[in-house]
Amino acid sequence: MSDATVYGLCSAVLVGLGLFGLIVHPELLRKILAFNLIGGGVFLLFGVVARRGAAAGFGGDPVPQALVITGLVVAFAATALAVALLRRLFQETGRTTLRSDG
Amino acid sequence: MPHSTTAGGFLLVLAIVLPVAGMLLSLVLGGRHAQRVALILMPAELAVVLAIAFGVWRTHNLLQYFVGNWNPPLGVAFRADGLSAAMLVTAALLVCGIGLFARDQFSSPEQAETRAPLVFWTLLLAVWGALNAVFIGGDLFNLYVALELLTFAAVPLVSLDGRAETIAAALRYLLFALFGSILYLLAAVLFYGAYGTLDIILLSARIQPEPVAWAAISLMTAGLLAKAALYPFHLWLPPAHAGAPAPASAILSGLVVKAPFFLVIRLWFDIMPRMPEPAAAQVLGILGAAAILVGSVVALQQARLKLLIAYSTVAQIGYLFLMLPLAVKAETGHPWSTVAWTGGVLQAISHAFAKAAMFMAAGLIAEALGHDRIAGLAGIGRALPITVFAFALGGISLMGLPPSGGFIAKAMLLTAAVAEGQWWWAVIVLTGGLLAGGYVFLVLARALADPIEPLRLLTTVSPSRQAVVVALALCAVLLGFVPLRPSELLQIGRPAITTGLR
Amino acid sequence: MVFDIGLALLIVAVAVWTIAARDTFAAVIGFVAFGLLLALAWVRLAAPDVALTEAALGSGVTGVVLLGASTRLRHAEISAADKKPGAMLRAAAAVLCTVVSAGLAAIVLVLPHPAPTLAPQAAANMAATGLGNPVTAVLMAYRAIDTLLETVVLLLALLGLWSLTPDPFWGGLPGRRHHDDPDGVLTFAAQLLVPVGILVGIHIFWVGSVAPGGEFQGATILAAMWILAAMAGLVDAPPVSRRWLRLILVAGPAVFFTIGLAGFAMADGFLAYPESHAKLLIVMIEVPVTLSIAATLALLVAGPPERMPQQ
Repeated sequence: MSDATVYGLCSAVLVGLGLFGLIVHPELLRKILAFNLIGGGVFLLFGVVARRGAAAGFGGDPVPQALVITGLVVAFAATALAVALLRRLFQETGRTTLRSDG
Repeated sequence: MPHSTTAGGFLLVLAIVLPVAGMLLSLVLGGRHAQRVALILMPAELAVVLAIAFGVWRTHNLLQYFVGNWNPPLGVAFRADGLSAAMLVTAALLVCGIGLFARDQFSSPEQAETRAPLVFWTLLLAVWGALNAVFIGGDLFNLYVALELLTFAAVPLVSLDGRAETIAAALRYLLFALFGSILYLLAAVLFYGAYGTLDIILLSARIQPEPVAWAAISLMTAGLLAKAALYPFHLWLPPAHAGAPAPASAILSGLVVKAPFFLVIRLWFDIMPRMPEPAAAQVLGILGAAAILVGSVVALQQARLKLLIAYSTVAQIGYLFLMLPLAVKAETGHPWSTVAWTGGVLQAISHAFAKAAMFMAAGLIAEALGHDRIAGLAGIGRALPITVFAFALGGISLMGLPPSGGFIAKAMLLTAAVAEGQWWWAVIVLTGGLLAGGYVFLVLARALADPIEPLRLLTTVSPSRQAVVVALALCAVLLGFVPLRPSELLQIGRPAITTGLR
Repeated sequence: MVFDIGLALLIVAVAVWTIAARDTFAAVIGFVAFGLLLALAWVRLAAPDVALTEAALGSGVTGVVLLGASTRLRHAEISAADKKPGAMLRAAAAVLCTVVSAGLAAIVLVLPHPAPTLAPQAAANMAATGLGNPVTAVLMAYRAIDTLLETVVLLLALLGLWSLTPDPFWGGLPGRRHHDDPDGVLTFAAQLLVPVGILVGIHIFWVGSVAPGGEFQGATILAAMWILAAMAGLVDAPPVSRRWLRLILVAGPAVFFTIGLAGFAMADGFLAYPESHAKLLIVMIEVPVTLSIAATLALLVAGPPERMPQQ
């Protein structure tokens, strides 16, 4: 399953890249973007695990694939809530960063 | 070890369904009815939870339910052992107390729906359902969804009053929680990729001491530590818990922050017993010690009462993690038969009651005075004696003085530390108790002092609310009558290491 | 194989762009492109259901939310205290992240062969569910409790978003009013696309029981069509205190719970389906769930109420 391994390595790089973006950007919207990047990497890893589990006539193990769909929905909900909080914070204070970096 | 759904397992389903269904009903019926739905549900759910605890005690085995009748690893299992039962009952009692306390504070005018009451009651029910889902979940991904449910229910409670600082605190809380969730998910995919299951009992049978397992365990523990606000991930907690309204702070500090700790126990004692890592457990103990020291010292420096109580939570969470180096043993013994196991869990439960009482007392004081500056508390002891008494009772548990659950818990940790030869934890426990005494007496001394000019209260505080606060504080005190030895209830359902579902 | 390596490199390149771009708007555009490329990777990993979800939800709807925020926040002041971290911190972070990536890559390379999998068990039990799509079987049968709780999670996020409404606007209409310009391109495009999109959304939902697709993907497309119609001014948001809106939002999880509880009487327990009617029950759950999720997603994009209905 070496094509799955390629994406596995890709997901490792994405997690590291996203973590870098999370640490380095003070603006909260960039941090939220970085979270989504890390999430994309983690979900891709689920996909790699699913592809490696291809059996019984399926192209991939359906359980991790279903978990990713659930995870994508939850991740969107988190993004929407975080962005709403950020916009409200901006409305109240005019800032888009937290005073002591979280 | 049951291999299928046990009798009474359906109660586990009800424990989650009732609060969540109540939340949905409140949302549809609208703000005026949300409070009524919540208050009707509370005794019903308390009955369900007590039935679960009774079932666990009577059968001396865990209650298990395979959802949809699909066996793990394909399906998801709910499991309630003695530990779950204790946490479920604590949550139910706490929520009932909070509901009674918040009745006046979040009541809706009859004409129109207003924001704060609707949001408060629906989110309180959602938090309750999510907590129960965490306490009985037997599958790591199901637990992930439960943790997300808990986070999304808790975060808006922090920013309920809409001020800029609480919104910032809520956002910081959300970001820390999301960071924890991502680490947790990464760990879950590694577990599945290596062992083909996310069911806790199956995983405990299949796990091997190898790099994948170590990586997954470290990632999951780190993620849960961020959610539990263990030092050095504690920065989000004080502004969040201090900024929330008092009944919300009670549940946030009392239980929401303990749910990730509960999962650390599940990870370290249910999944890992065949591969104990005492060295790593020492690291967690060191972080716990740092939390106790840093949290207590910073609490002493606070000018506002609610922030002091919040930093005290940071410190008391540290005690929970002292349980790990004391209970994880190098040889494959049974950690749950140790005194440290009971002590750690008792610390979680008694702190839940004590901290809830303290936050609610602080809330009453703030309502009466219009502020919560510690320097301005003079005379409140005479004006609201019952409230300050409740605060003092909670403080006794925090300090670890008898009679209180906190005393028994810390005594057990001390006993375990001495028995294991890890005397350095004993020093930490005693120092923490002294520091807690410091900040509790700080508040009490101010409260009992004579004011320079006569105190004028902004509002009258209803005696029923004060009674609820005292009742919760008394629960913490009553736990002081637990015998000083490993609890039989908490050992029910603990897996024998070599057996498991096949 | 070569294609996969090329795609993986492209994904990483776009991710680097997203992190390194100076302007937040450009970074968000990069993120949308990243999501679409990721969807392509999912197709290569034989996961078409996930590819649809990633493209529609992870890239499309998330992109709309982030773009909207980046335009609104564009003029934010960044005070002196929040300047970008210095070179030392960046270097340290780079080292840390390289170590993390390397460690994760090493773990990926030592995953066991043959890989443990639940595919045979999933296949063996599918006949009992009456479904032809194994991912739908996992979502709606084997792990239905996760899906059920996840619909509640979505609703909670909406409630949390609504809780941020300033008190005077509680119960009002979310988002700004867009006015339709009868000669405008957007209005024309919306009038063309929205009906087609609705049909596509319904089709993708309906076909999900036997082919790639399902309720989440269909609901996302329906939500996107509503958002497009609202942006073109063809429809306006309803006040969030309306009882019928609340019923639509709650209908999905409520029906899911009800049929789940009915499983105690009809089958072996909570969320169990009697074998003869399994597919029918699953479809009965999926229809309101699709509607609820579509409404929730649309309202999550619209944001908290910020105006009162004009009397």
